[in-house]
Amino acid sequence: MTVAQAASLGLTEDEYQRIVETLQRDPTVAELAMYGAMWSEHCSYKSSKIYLKTLPTEGPRVVMGPGESAGIIDIGDGLVAVFKLESHNHPSFVEPVQGAATGVGGIVRDIISAGARPVALLDPLRFGMPDEWSQRHLLAGVVAGISQYGNSIGIPTIGGEVKFDPCYGGNPLVNVMCVGIGEAAHVQRARAEGTGNVALLMGSKTGRDGIGGVSVLASRPFDEEAEAKRPSVQVGDPFTEKVVIEACLEIARRGLLVGLQDLGGAGLCCATSETASRGMVGLDLVLDSVPLREGDMEPFEILTSESQERMLAIVRPGDVEEALEICRTWGVLATPVATVKGGGNLTVSFHGDVVADVPARSLADEGPTYHRPAARPDWIDDLRASDPLALPAPKDFGEALLELLGSPNICSKRWVYQQYDSIVQHNTLEGPGGDAAVLRIEGTPRALAISTDGNGRWCQLDPKVGAAHAVAEAARNVACSGARPVAITNCLNFGNPEHPEVMWQFSEAVAGIGEACIALGTPVTGGNVSFYNQSGSTQIHPTPVIGMVGILEDASKRVGIAWPNDHAVILLGETRAELGGSEWAWVAHEHLGGTPPALDLDAERRLLFLLAELAENDLIASAHDCSDGGLGVTLAECAIASGVGATIEAATDLDPHMWLFSESAARVVVTAPTRGVILEAASKAGVPATVLGRTGGTHLRVEGLVDLEVAEMAATFEGALPLLLS
Amino acid sequence: MNVGVVQFPGSNDERDAAWAVRHLGGDAELIWHGATSLGSVDAVILPGGFSYGDYLRCGAIARFAKVMPAVMEFARAGGPVLGICNGFQILCEAGLLPGALVRNAGLRFVCRPQPIVVERSISKLLDADKGEVLVIPVKHGEGRYVAGAEQLKQMEALGQIVFRYCDLDGWRVQSANPNGATDGIAGVCNEAGNVMGMMPHPEHAVDATVGFHSSDGAAVIGGLLKSAVRV
Repeated sequence: MTVAQAASLGLTEDEYQRIVETLQRDPTVAELAMYGAMWSEHCSYKSSKIYLKTLPTEGPRVVMGPGESAGIIDIGDGLVAVFKLESHNHPSFVEPVQGAATGVGGIVRDIISAGARPVALLDPLRFGMPDEWSQRHLLAGVVAGISQYGNSIGIPTIGGEVKFDPCYGGNPLVNVMCVGIGEAAHVQRARAEGTGNVALLMGSKTGRDGIGGVSVLASRPFDEEAEAKRPSVQVGDPFTEKVVIEACLEIARRGLLVGLQDLGGAGLCCATSETASRGMVGLDLVLDSVPLREGDMEPFEILTSESQERMLAIVRPGDVEEALEICRTWGVLATPVATVKGGGNLTVSFHGDVVADVPARSLADEGPTYHRPAARPDWIDDLRASDPLALPAPKDFGEALLELLGSPNICSKRWVYQQYDSIVQHNTLEGPGGDAAVLRIEGTPRALAISTDGNGRWCQLDPKVGAAHAVAEAARNVACSGARPVAITNCLNFGNPEHPEVMWQFSEAVAGIGEACIALGTPVTGGNVSFYNQSGSTQIHPTPVIGMVGILEDASKRVGIAWPNDHAVILLGETRAELGGSEWAWVAHEHLGGTPPALDLDAERRLLFLLAELAENDLIASAHDCSDGGLGVTLAECAIASGVGATIEAATDLDPHMWLFSESAARVVVTAPTRGVILEAASKAGVPATVLGRTGGTHLRVEGLVDLEVAEMAATFEGALPLLLS
Repeated sequence: MNVGVVQFPGSNDERDAAWAVRHLGGDAELIWHGATSLGSVDAVILPGGFSYGDYLRCGAIARFAKVMPAVMEFARAGGPVLGICNGFQILCEAGLLPGALVRNAGLRFVCRPQPIVVERSISKLLDADKGEVLVIPVKHGEGRYVAGAEQLKQMEALGQIVFRYCDLDGWRVQSANPNGATDGIAGVCNEAGNVMGMMPHPEHAVDATVGFHSSDGAAVIGGLLKSAVRV
């Protein structure tokens, strides 16, 4: 083997030397391929792990934090919620339908690995501007892929986001979150244990698809050769996934599992080395036993193939037959391929020869760790100096509001979510379109509230503050439904980590997430890092996406965004002149500059607490947070959701457009039959509250500023995306 | 009242259908696609989903499932059989219902609350009056009902057209048709009225707290429970 061959697998010269030191000899072809895949950025987190270690991961409800397939929290009554957020950005750019579809498949298998039934999907998506044909093509393909795969496997897609910015034009973001519910007693670990136990490979046959997915696609920037990378994208088979889900859950239910792990990035090599390393055992893997799509596959291909819809189940020898019988019932192919042994080596044989014999830990846990140089970018000062408050105010505030309601980032995403089955499994209390998705926990009075949020523009202006805001906004969305936020997962989408500026953005963002999670009491249970989101010389805005899960103790107390007639409209929180990175600045002036709104985590925490209290005591009829587009858009969305107008008084010292469109954080608009009790509760909770007006009528009237018919706003809001995409 | 819900590999809404039956006071059991007998059931539901992946024409493989001869025998004997979405596709493929279901006119999957109007029909599986508008979710990619002109005329004459898509006021406007179905047809029954297929999902509209917050599907699932007494 040569260093040149190693380089073609994405390994550096230093990394090659490290392999030689570990093995005390030159690696074989198969071994080199295994290290190439496992030490890729995607699998090893080599650039990010020094930062990720700083995140808070413990809390009273956390059952399992980072390190296994997915995070797990206690949701009461002996039940747990299992959840994770992951990216499939590069495959989706190369082949949008299959890339997005297999992204769904992959995250679902992570949830099954914990022995939980997947109950919800959410899809945070980012594209370039929809006036470009290529971006419409990508959006349509990605949505079709999610729709085909998610709908076919019977898991409701209940939320997500779709946002547009030119920075994603050459590198869209396709993140998928899956949530599962299982019994605490049946939680599975992704580990191999017990000498003599047997590893069964379940699901699809292994083919040449996806070889090099983690090293070639996910861990390098895009260039002119992106098209040629298409063979690295896998093709999804949702039917096989569906029966694999059912078979795995049945095997878990009968208590036959020692460990369970999905085969994702780096395929069989990753699943065997990780389960062995976690269980501190070795594995004898016989490649001749692996069912193949093509007979002439090389050992390194079998080891690193990323063929979809495969799981590795570790069972005791006496349980093998029962597990295989369950698989036969479901029509799932299952084959014993490996045996647990002492020591710690993953020993791989093929045609009677040992083709690889390496310490499993060296693949899974002892990869390189990089302290990559990080440097604050020079351009950031200029960007922050460009003051959005100096932008000319609109002449007609009603027109400006309508323009925002019809803009790509704010308009209704019905065109997208109508393609997702959001109601299967009959537990969807609130589907897409509101602040948080709310899911009944069957057999209990409780519900889960889930939201995904991220603001790339704010993070471009200030990654630390922007990332902390993402946590706060996700928590606020969950709290608007009446729930108390419990824990987060994340997907950290960034540019090329070999650029010091990107590493600086990353380190700042992780610090911001950590700070916000500590302040709000929502630990990090896991997540995913996606680097190399770069196309040509363009890096995406740093885009950490937060997936927040909260619990509503009484599902019947949930609150929606639609306000009823003849109710007091009250703003909780304070509006300041903050237009940096705002939607108004972008839509009206294509301006991105200044600083993100001020972050006050204490104010956020007080607001979360107040919202939960108001909901639990049945004091509010609706709640909707102020985010993209500010107070004006929040009021309009409440009116559109209910078909009921309102008369609002703009009692403010701010310029009207700042009052209407400022994106100050820690704000929520609530409605209640009478205002007194809300003002009192707010004052006790230390949350500023302002009575804005009263609901009723067919128009949204903001005195002296806006007078729009609700039906007209609704037509603009609903009609925009179909028009943009037609 | 015991309703058998057939579970094919790839079925998705079988648990939902069983839950809806129980929610309305009936008993429900899942029947495996490999079974050769239905056991002691009073009615049968073929649920929604993507049986065998539906990589071929929807329902084209499921109609050959081991359990299907027993379902067909049950139907011929007058037993109530309700096919929902994929179940409707399977009943058409099996020849128990006339017509076929093809790709939506918009070529996209559509999931939304859908008003349908009850037609004058001979269906025995319904607890609703002609002209009633029910809001029941649709969620399908291949739900465009098609049949020959002659056949449609005959079905109309015999009262085999059970539901049509409409707007909330009951008007059969084009924009209310989610998939381009011929004549806006959302559900049909056989000549005996004991076998009914529909694209909308009544099992997802029996409890207004979930889904699209309608309970109008009780007219169908409840109707099926009542019919099981009658037949």
